[in-house]
Amino acid sequence: MTSAPPGIAVAPELPELLPAVNFGRGAVGFLRRHPAVAVGGTLLLFMLLIAVFAPYLGTVDPTALATARRTRPPSAEHWFGTDMLGRDLYSRVIYGARVSLLVGFSVAAFASVIGLAIGLVAGFVRWADAVLMRVMDGLMSIPPILLAVALMALTRGSVGNVILAITIAEIPRVSRLVRSVVLSLREQPYVDAAVAAGTRTPMIILRHILPNTIAPMTVQATYICASAMIIEAILSFIGAGTPPITPSWGNIMAEGRALWQVKPFIVFFPAVFLSLTVLSVNLLGDGWRDALDPRMAKGL
Amino acid sequence: MLAYVVRRVIATVPVMAVVAFFVFSLLYIAPGDPAAVIAGDQATPADVERIRQSLGLDRPFLIRFGEWVWQILHGDLGTSIFTNLPVTAMMAQRFEPTLSLMVITLTFAVGVAVPIGVLAAWKAGTWIDRVIMAFAIFGFSVPVFVIAYLLAFVFALELEWLPVQGYTPLAEGIWPWFENLILPAIALGCVYIALIARTTRAAMLEVLQQDYIRTARAKGIGQGGILFVHALKNASVPIVTVIGIGVALLIGGAVVTESVFAIPGLGRLTVDAILRRDYPLIQGLVLLFSFVYVLVNLLVDLSYTLLDPRIRY
Repeated sequence: MTSAPPGIAVAPELPELLPAVNFGRGAVGFLRRHPAVAVGGTLLLFMLLIAVFAPYLGTVDPTALATARRTRPPSAEHWFGTDMLGRDLYSRVIYGARVSLLVGFSVAAFASVIGLAIGLVAGFVRWADAVLMRVMDGLMSIPPILLAVALMALTRGSVGNVILAITIAEIPRVSRLVRSVVLSLREQPYVDAAVAAGTRTPMIILRHILPNTIAPMTVQATYICASAMIIEAILSFIGAGTPPITPSWGNIMAEGRALWQVKPFIVFFPAVFLSLTVLSVNLLGDGWRDALDPRMAKGL
Repeated sequence: MLAYVVRRVIATVPVMAVVAFFVFSLLYIAPGDPAAVIAGDQATPADVERIRQSLGLDRPFLIRFGEWVWQILHGDLGTSIFTNLPVTAMMAQRFEPTLSLMVITLTFAVGVAVPIGVLAAWKAGTWIDRVIMAFAIFGFSVPVFVIAYLLAFVFALELEWLPVQGYTPLAEGIWPWFENLILPAIALGCVYIALIARTTRAAMLEVLQQDYIRTARAKGIGQGGILFVHALKNASVPIVTVIGIGVALLIGGAVVTESVFAIPGLGRLTVDAILRRDYPLIQGLVLLFSFVYVLVNLLVDLSYTLLDPRIRY
């Protein structure tokens, strides 16, 4: 890369905005220097394995009713007890990991891609910038949970609709971030050089802008994932999320609500799993951000 | 300064217009035909059409939007489908508990978060800092209703120090009113404290590296004076900003907290409205909450000049 004329066609290794991530001495060295990534990653991997292998972890059908065995406390047969309809809570909680992770990852992916597109357009097209950012400002002034709740009021509760509603609520923040990164990247000398060399705008976006917005976006995506999992649980908890039959952590807690004073274990287990999963994603996000920006590691 | 205030106030108009447009679209695309509902089961298609015309439901989208905005500007948010009461009256009834909860949470959260954020910055790198930051990341990760149940279980059910649920109006005495709001305020405040403490720490670390802090130290000013007078004052702009932004968390969290603690406020009303698909009420609530949020952030913007005299407009 050093043989190429400065600033033309290819970007230098990485701009000063984003110092290179030091993967020196392999993944082990990286994880040792960033324990948050190691701890968060391990915990998240654990939850992912639970979600993937749910049918093989000693679970029964999470929707199977057994009205004769209602609200039994934890026992050898039912590790986490049973709920009001006699369903096995261990199975429901284990299967609940699927819903939570699916919603978290999907929302992070969709909101990132759509927010990226909006941010890029706003950063490059003057007239569109004014319109798009006014719309984003407006959406951002509706508290995200309220926005998602209002959207859910329009549709029937389903996992797909929950993902859609939370994605819409999260898009403004991503597009604002991407736009600000694009605007600062546009001031970089190598972008000027590319313009001077006659590179077409789509090519500049593809080769120079896009690669440099990916890193801050990945950090943002982890926070969106965490926030989406919490909002999903809240939506289900207040009865505006996934249909009650779905074994989601929010649903299990919503069902345990009426009985929580006498049967607190119904609320307890999904609460622990939800909190640990969100914690793992947050740790991963914090560690990853510090790794990308050592200045932040000292400061924020 | 006055010109700036006017400019900032005007700048909130397009934002609220977008919110209003979104909220109106919500009702417009909501399933169900109001004309058919009013006409009843026996109505012929012609009857439904007649009612639709008399209600003005057949007119273009933008004209109806314009009339709706005009109504709102006159303080008319429509009528609840479920109770047939004016939306404004229903919201007014539920206003006190939510306002009380918000004010107590805000005071408590800022009162805790700023000192621990300052402490973390002062003791940066030590175990005190680590504990505070670990608490912050837990505050971000544990959902508000989980904290709410945990607190209610320990302090209300087991220890029986505080009431489990409910709300007592302020008119019936300050202590009964306050007692009911302690646990909800702590539950609701956790994520907010985490957010403010983190920002306070970051802003303080930035300021503590400045030359004038060294000068103040050289002059012999005590640690407390340096932290809370010289440093905190200069770090206040980002802190106040995040306090304003975090109000969105409080509003979203209030919806959940009020449900857990059975507080008859606007958050509870929101949940009821959603479950009953009472669209005019949902519209009114989203508008009100967004308006409050925009207003809070407008005040935050205007406070910058008071906090930092270097900021001039």
